[in-house]
Amino acid sequence: MIETIRFWVVVALLGLGVFFTFVSTVGVIRLPDIYARAHTASQTDTLGAGFALAGVAVAFGWQHAAVYTVLLLFFVFITNPTAAHAIARSAAESGIEPWTNDADEDGDSQ
Amino acid sequence: MAIEEVFIAAAALFVVLAIMMFYRAVAGPTTQDRLLAVNVLGTNTVVILALLAAGLDQAWFLDVALIYALLNFLMAVAISKFTVERGGVL
Repeated sequence: MIETIRFWVVVALLGLGVFFTFVSTVGVIRLPDIYARAHTASQTDTLGAGFALAGVAVAFGWQHAAVYTVLLLFFVFITNPTAAHAIARSAAESGIEPWTNDADEDGDSQ
Repeated sequence: MAIEEVFIAAAALFVVLAIMMFYRAVAGPTTQDRLLAVNVLGTNTVVILALLAAGLDQAWFLDVALIYALLNFLMAVAISKFTVERGGVL
């Protein structure tokens, strides 16, 4: 009984992790400029990695490995938005202009 | 379907998403685009290592994943600092 509940909890967490990482991949490939890409990479990729690592922690149960996994989840949760913020700030200080739609009405971005 | 196969399948899907991310790392117009794509690739690699640690029942993969996450964060901050001329990023 408890094994069945744990199995489906792990499947749900891994499915949510794969879904949010897919959203992050599509956003990084499709969005128009570096600031929008840094935005989607910092939010949805952190959430997808968090869900997948939570699934790993639930699957390990009460072991030392679960403590390692929760530590890794906490570390990813702090460092991933910080890295995206540093990259976006580096782009701003390098003089990259943000993409706006009303500059050209032809929709001829990129 | 055993729970190990679920972990291996999720790791395979993450590998496919990481390969899709290579497009932005190769074709990104600016240095920061490539750096962001490599950062997301590193996060995907950490998640793949953790999923393989659960799927193959090799708990020492988690140590490798922890060190990889640390080096990935250090790489992103260091390169984004050194692309600006006089620092001041963090």
